[in-house]
Amino acid sequence: MATINLAILLPFIAAILLFLFCRNIKKFHIGWIVLIVPAILFITLMRQLPQITKGNTIINSTSWIPSYDINFVTHLDGLSMIFGLLITGIGTLVIIYSIYYLATERLILQFYIYLLLFMGSMLGVVLSDNLIMLYVFWELTSISSFLLIAFWFQRKGSRYGAKKALHITVLGGFAMLVGFLMLYNVTGTFSVQEIIATIGQHKDHPLIPAIIILVLLGAFTKSAQFPFHIWLPDAMEAPTPISAYLHSATMVKAGIYIVARFTPVFGGEAIWFWAVSVVGLITLFWGSLTAIRQTDLKALLAYSTISQLGLIMTLFGVGSVSLHPNLNIETIIYSQAIFAALFHLINHSTFKGALFMVIGIIDFQVGTRDLRRLGGLIAVMPISFTIAMIGSFSMAGLPPFNGFLSKEMFFTAMLQLKDFDIMNIQAFAGMFPVIAWIASIFTFLYSMMIVFLTFFGPYNEQPDVKVEEPKLGMLVPPIILSLFVVGIFLFPNVLGDYLIKPAVASIYPNITDDLIGDIALWHGFNTELMMTIGIVIIGIILFIFREYVRKIFILFPRSLSFDTLYNNTIVKIDIFAKKITNFYMTGYLKHYFAYIFLFFSLVLGGALLYLDAFSFSLAGDQPVDIFMWIIAILIIVTGIVILFSKSRLTAIVLNGFIGFSIAMLFVLLRAPDLALTQLVIETVSTALFLLCFYFLPEWKPFVIEKRKKVIHIIISVSVGVVFTVIALSIKSGRLFESVATYFEKADELAGGQNIVNTILGDFRAFDTMLEVVVLFIAGIGVYTLIKYKKDKGADKVED
Amino acid sequence: MKINEVLLQSVTKIIVFIILTLAIYLFFSGHNNPGGGFVGGLVLASSFVLMLLAFDIETVKHGIPVDFKLVAALGAAIVVITGLGAVVFGEAFLTQTFRVFDIPVFGLIELSTVTIFELGVSLTVVGVVVTIILSISEDVS
Repeated sequence: MATINLAILLPFIAAILLFLFCRNIKKFHIGWIVLIVPAILFITLMRQLPQITKGNTIINSTSWIPSYDINFVTHLDGLSMIFGLLITGIGTLVIIYSIYYLATERLILQFYIYLLLFMGSMLGVVLSDNLIMLYVFWELTSISSFLLIAFWFQRKGSRYGAKKALHITVLGGFAMLVGFLMLYNVTGTFSVQEIIATIGQHKDHPLIPAIIILVLLGAFTKSAQFPFHIWLPDAMEAPTPISAYLHSATMVKAGIYIVARFTPVFGGEAIWFWAVSVVGLITLFWGSLTAIRQTDLKALLAYSTISQLGLIMTLFGVGSVSLHPNLNIETIIYSQAIFAALFHLINHSTFKGALFMVIGIIDFQVGTRDLRRLGGLIAVMPISFTIAMIGSFSMAGLPPFNGFLSKEMFFTAMLQLKDFDIMNIQAFAGMFPVIAWIASIFTFLYSMMIVFLTFFGPYNEQPDVKVEEPKLGMLVPPIILSLFVVGIFLFPNVLGDYLIKPAVASIYPNITDDLIGDIALWHGFNTELMMTIGIVIIGIILFIFREYVRKIFILFPRSLSFDTLYNNTIVKIDIFAKKITNFYMTGYLKHYFAYIFLFFSLVLGGALLYLDAFSFSLAGDQPVDIFMWIIAILIIVTGIVILFSKSRLTAIVLNGFIGFSIAMLFVLLRAPDLALTQLVIETVSTALFLLCFYFLPEWKPFVIEKRKKVIHIIISVSVGVVFTVIALSIKSGRLFESVATYFEKADELAGGQNIVNTILGDFRAFDTMLEVVVLFIAGIGVYTLIKYKKDKGADKVED
Repeated sequence: MKINEVLLQSVTKIIVFIILTLAIYLFFSGHNNPGGGFVGGLVLASSFVLMLLAFDIETVKHGIPVDFKLVAALGAAIVVITGLGAVVFGEAFLTQTFRVFDIPVFGLIELSTVTIFELGVSLTVVGVVVTIILSISEDVS
């Protein structure tokens, strides 16, 4: 277990320790303890940075389920490093912020456990090399996000938002899993690095387009791309630190990570380019357009996040073209698109994180985040104003902030598209810069709305609230982020050399450092700068006439939105599922037994017939002596008598008799372990029977229709026949190699002479483990079914 | 009619200890002889069942103030964690190991990680059986 593997596990371990030992801490805020975890992880990753900058990668592997090629393999390269540092760095700041933001929260322990769960699984996503491991962590991020959105579960909106996010992201996750399995089928490995190395041989495989679509579905749902973006605005019901952390800086970038990670695999495929860049472009446009109509500051930021994610996605799509086999990797300038994408990804995390935190502060101090009620806060909250201004201006792409640099690079990449003469790109190349430019105008517009509508204009007095700057601890994290916003503008190449270039190198395996240019502050009066100036001028005009701009939204009726589609689908699926369930869940035990037995005899009997597994020979069997005959006949006779018993008690006693007789049979066959277990089980289950006896209705001699009786007889006879046939042919070894040789060597292999227990505890320990877990679940199930009946025990906490 | 339970109660007081001894014996002997974690756990559970039959729930609960749901959860956790223990040492999940130690007075003793695994199995069995019986019988009263 090496450092990086432990780094993933640390948050999980910390969460368990937190739950066990920190439940009753009242003296200080529990967040101070949690803070240690991301801080340690951040330092650990920083210590690996020199290695990564040199172009090395760090691989650790531990076997997990080697027989299925599923291993705990971590792979730390430049790309993972960027994400790892964002997760841990912003995680640290968010936890400091949350200490003040959630100072009086009652369920604070749960909050931090969910947060640690998220942090660990997100690190797992970006560090895994094994696809199955990646998928497991991927779904864990969805689950922890669900828990965090629903943190204030008393609110209806929180529950709705949490469910919506879970539905959509897990849907994509499933699609991605299918894609991964197909990829395994094509390449024969789950390791991303091996897939990158060998994918060249499989370019013509017919499954590749399907794999691309399925993997992209996962990426698009997670990164809130059009039309799956609808979950992100509703996820804003989460506490603001969570919105800043999960829903702007890290989790929503997991989809972008997947796209970046798979660019060397699928880059150069036409379908990959078109899907990624067009979806990204539509998302960029739609997100920025919808952001303008918002009046809730957090919803505005949510749509702005959607739009910025679309921007990054588009850049990755454009950058993937340079992997086309017809292009010479030496001549590409388009790798700048990937560079710009990674650069903007970091910038977006800094300015959007700062903005979310400021809006949290406003909400916390003023008590509202409605644009219509805010205004004039500059007089009372000058520091917050400064942070908000830095963040917004950076988002709008203005100097001297880092957003300006990446926005310019974005325009460069869009304008260069027309130089491509492959995949019909030239035919549509004009569309990209135009849409990007229009979307940027909207971006400028809503960025200005954040600053000017909140901090300028008439001051709206809020009743009973004295508005002032919050505690210093709440201001420090956004201040640090906004220092980054300015710092990155002034020294962009520090970031570029140490972080982004290694990351670009891990996306383009053949590229060398000098092919990637440095970031320049001043390009001269080129088209990009003209576009920015145009954005500012038109943006200001639109800002002045914003009331008229909003009127265009009347053109979009609400009933035609994707939200409505989602709501209706959920309702329809619910009704449909209820119908199906009610069809077979009749509430009669006899029906359920019939299903189980029918399934058993059809599937097993069918398999026996289909595989021609039946073989029957008595040769070599142990002779059956007289005692066994007697017991066997007794069992059969008792079985028949049960059918005619007149009272339930008789039936139970006779059933017990059969059980004990079987135990006797085990003794005669020299299987003391089985006999012992059978005896004890029979005793305990008879006691259980007697307990349940109290609840059972009176035993009535009931009349069944003849037709049903025939069905019952057929089912029971078929089960008996199938069982007998299996028992008879089990010895033949026709379908499987006999595993008996293991058991003969039990003493030397497992160190035990009792082979029954070596099977249970060693050879088949996995089965035993799962059985134990199932037993536990069953026990808890019985307990809850009996204890928590309707209107009993459960508190009503939901609204 | 009130049933006199003096006989059953007196016998139970003695027999429970015999059953408990048997349970512990079965648990440890399972490695080389008949027995093992599952049977050991069941026998242990049956001693609790006997106590519940002879005395009422309140008395038993007062005598053994243990939450059996937690016992079951602990058992399941032990089983899973022993599996992960092997992973820490770089082995495959659920790999078990054993070694013979020469301990003064006791002589050669074989210690095995399966014992911990079996302990988990036993605890789960005891916990689940007693939880089920308790919850059903408490519902009666």
